[in-house]
Amino acid sequence: MNAPSAPRRSRVGLVIGAVVFLGFLALMFYGVQHSDRADREALPSPLIGKPAPEFALPLLHEAGHMVTSKELLGTPYVLNVWGSWCPECRVEHPVLTRFALTKRVRVIGYNLKDEPEDALRWLEQFGNPYMLVLADRDGRAAIDWGIYGAPETFLVDARGIVRWKHVGAVDDAIIDGELVPLLDQLEAGQ
Amino acid sequence: MLPEIGQVALVLALLVSLLQATLPLAGAQRGRTSWMSVARPAAFAQLLLVLCAFLVLTVSFVMQDFSVRYVAENSNSLLPVIYRYTAVWGSHEGSLLLWALILAGWTGAVAEFSRKLPDEVVARVLGVMGLVSVGFLSFLIFTSNPFARLLPAVAEGRDLNPLLQDPGMIIHPPMLYLGYVGFVVPFAFAVAALIDGRMDARWLRWTRPWTNVAWGFLTLGIAIGSWWAYYELGWGGWWFWDPVENASFMPWLVGAALLHSQAVTEKRGSFRGWTVLLAIAAFSLSLLGTFLVRSGVLTSVHAFAADPARGLFILIFLAIVVGGSLLLYALRAPRFEEGAPFAASSRETLLLANNLLLVSACGMVLLGTLYPLLADALDLGKISVGPPYFGFLFVLLMTPLVLLLPFGPLTRWQREQPSKPLAMLAPWAILALVLGAVAYFTAPQGPLKTAAGVAGSAWALLGTARFVWTRFKGNGRRFTPEMLGMTLAHTGIAVFLVGALLVEAQNTQRELPLAPGQTVEVGKYAFRFEGVEETQGPNYVSDLGHVQVLRDGKPVTLLHPEKRAYASGGQVMTEAGIHSGVFGDVYVALGEPLGAADDPDRANGAWAVRVHIKPFVRWIWLGAALMALGGFVTALDRRFRAKPVQAATTEQRA
Amino acid sequence: MLVAAWTLALGMLLAHAGPAFAQAAGDPTPLQFSDAAEEARFHDLTSELRCVMCQNQSLADSNAQIAHDLRREVLDLMHQGKSDDEIVAFLVARYGEFVRYKPAVEPSTWLLWFGPALLLLGGGIVVARVVRARSRREVPAPVEDQEW
Repeated sequence: MNAPSAPRRSRVGLVIGAVVFLGFLALMFYGVQHSDRADREALPSPLIGKPAPEFALPLLHEAGHMVTSKELLGTPYVLNVWGSWCPECRVEHPVLTRFALTKRVRVIGYNLKDEPEDALRWLEQFGNPYMLVLADRDGRAAIDWGIYGAPETFLVDARGIVRWKHVGAVDDAIIDGELVPLLDQLEAGQ
Repeated sequence: MLPEIGQVALVLALLVSLLQATLPLAGAQRGRTSWMSVARPAAFAQLLLVLCAFLVLTVSFVMQDFSVRYVAENSNSLLPVIYRYTAVWGSHEGSLLLWALILAGWTGAVAEFSRKLPDEVVARVLGVMGLVSVGFLSFLIFTSNPFARLLPAVAEGRDLNPLLQDPGMIIHPPMLYLGYVGFVVPFAFAVAALIDGRMDARWLRWTRPWTNVAWGFLTLGIAIGSWWAYYELGWGGWWFWDPVENASFMPWLVGAALLHSQAVTEKRGSFRGWTVLLAIAAFSLSLLGTFLVRSGVLTSVHAFAADPARGLFILIFLAIVVGGSLLLYALRAPRFEEGAPFAASSRETLLLANNLLLVSACGMVLLGTLYPLLADALDLGKISVGPPYFGFLFVLLMTPLVLLLPFGPLTRWQREQPSKPLAMLAPWAILALVLGAVAYFTAPQGPLKTAAGVAGSAWALLGTARFVWTRFKGNGRRFTPEMLGMTLAHTGIAVFLVGALLVEAQNTQRELPLAPGQTVEVGKYAFRFEGVEETQGPNYVSDLGHVQVLRDGKPVTLLHPEKRAYASGGQVMTEAGIHSGVFGDVYVALGEPLGAADDPDRANGAWAVRVHIKPFVRWIWLGAALMALGGFVTALDRRFRAKPVQAATTEQRA
Repeated sequence: MLVAAWTLALGMLLAHAGPAFAQAAGDPTPLQFSDAAEEARFHDLTSELRCVMCQNQSLADSNAQIAHDLRREVLDLMHQGKSDDEIVAFLVARYGEFVRYKPAVEPSTWLLWFGPALLLLGGGIVVARVVRARSRREVPAPVEDQEW
């Protein structure tokens, strides 16, 4: 390590080392700052900006009546994934009901992997804010939406493009802070 | 009353460690013996105080004092007595206290066994260890107080995580910490050497056994963790490259490199700078691991409600310790004497290559572990990096290492004719290849991995045996504990290779629906499912399965896989039924009951049952145990106990 | 380090009742394979996919309901004749890159895939330089009775 070119070599090594170390600390700092974000576990949806998946699902209230994705085009709608087995869905239910009552946008329910009797009973007990409720009993169509549990909420625009997804219960802050501004944007754009 | 005593003990320990950190270091700089002599008594005092705090917490657990918040969160009136002792380290605050205790323990050990070293050395080493203690004790007291009270006290605690109510978890954390924390000793020596501007053979002769012992404990800790995951988690895996596993594996890799580098520096005087850098790196990685698992930075770490305040504290501590020591290295390392010259064909070069491969592997693991976070920070999306990445690249990097392994001990220092070790090893290389080819053609499945495992392991084993034979056939040659340690560790690698590669290549698993009385054949075994009955444990209700295992029609054993529902949190644990043998395990786990959801008799009907046959799986942990044993045996070598007088006369090589 | 235990298995436990997110109960019947080769291919494929809901578990190992459903989906796709790449692409289109344990090799992951090689190369150059510098000096002949 005493060869003549050693000081220059070690200076390069020094600079590289310092840069790597500081970059590393910065990354760790970023990690710490973001570690308590509520949605750090949520998966971002790859469907954003893409057409909503095509589906044909029966209505919860009328098992014979099928609804297809095409029929829902024309105006935006919020799709809310829920189940009677889901405790958090009960927590977000009043928030969703209040929002649905403002009639700002269609709120459509997506009942995931539920027995119809349990789902109907749940709606009777807690109220039905949905314009209509789709029933996905085996969860097959949910895979196409990238759904992996409940509650999850999507916003689909008039042309059927997915614009927004939220994993976990929605609260007033999320509705006022994210959903409503997005709806404003969509309406202004049209 | 008692928890407050524990609290006071911690605060006093912090004050004592402040003294231990500041006075001796200043004293060594100024040559003030009175200040330097504070080091040892302070170290012992700190140990006593932290031990006192630890005992207080233990007593609180055993007496089930639910007015202490940490006890209330990690214990329960139904918790069996033995687990009340281990619940002390069941969660963040308590495990951190264990960390601090082990740190104090190593500090005390260094204080006690360093009487033959010069005063400034001891003062500096203990001073640096004191600085680390200050950091950890502060972290404990200010952000993670285990003695915080919960007033009014709750009547019932939340319970220790059922996963941790297990013998494996009794021993895994202490072993792991002994290793992890143990790297503070070579680190302190390295920093002391940097401050002093010298590193001579005496110091290395002193540090080497400690480093080997710490590394040995870390090896055991990781192995026990792997074994525990295998039998406890129910899906038969033994390593998943999970971020938390990686956090313990990185210091292990660098520690292995450090051991080898220390050997070179001690015997030949070379690589002083590298040894110091590796010592800093090993301990830095220990600290990094502690940071990663407690700060909530990695998305895999979900257990503790991520507390950015805690994370920030450790991060700042990490930045100071690592940044400070690296800065010191940059400024002072060039002052080290250069070692003796050596030819391209020499043991020095081989060990350099060895360390390069180990360090690159560590870098790879670090990169893969942090990449999802980096991608998130740079807005590149949420990606996952898992076993296909780590396993693939790790094998790629370790293959050259295994190939070079037998050459090291047979190649002389400084200069060696390449033809000599090649001639000694060539026949064994051929034999290894032949064995690999035989394995390739006779393997029932996974021929390539099987062949690689057999050939690689045979090569490592035979090459190491060749070395042993060389030593014994020479006249009057000694076979030192250091050589024995190396032999054991390298043999351990061979054994591990068999286990790891063969279990992957040869394992069979099936998941089947079975009704009571049904038999199914997997591999050479037949499994008769005899149904499930409900039983009760001390703090859980269990669905206990009975599976009769037969081979060639004769009963081998009766296995009892279980599904336990714990009373306190309702968590469901899968306990596998395992029949272990030298040449493989039979592993059975219960899936879910298959009856209709509203059938009250569901548990007595058909179940989904998972059956695994895992050949040679125990060899994985046997290999690791041999490696750890090698580390411990090396530490016993007499060369490390040379008296100071003798050391002075053999100084010329240093 | 205890957190190791927690996190490694929390995935299994979370399948039953996540804190702010839930999973339905469903059909846990084991999947049937037509032959050993299909089972092996299925196992290899699902080992490289991540359970989207769990704390770091592969699709093969997880007990979560979504994992059961996705495994069934993967087997269906295999029966439909889709290749491994197509099946992975199917899942990535719905759940994102997160679902792959083996990141795609694209510009955003070049550092990940080629970084270790660069590290090895850089280190190799340093080692070569050190060896060359040291061997240039006068190296004595090997001593017969050299201490080990």
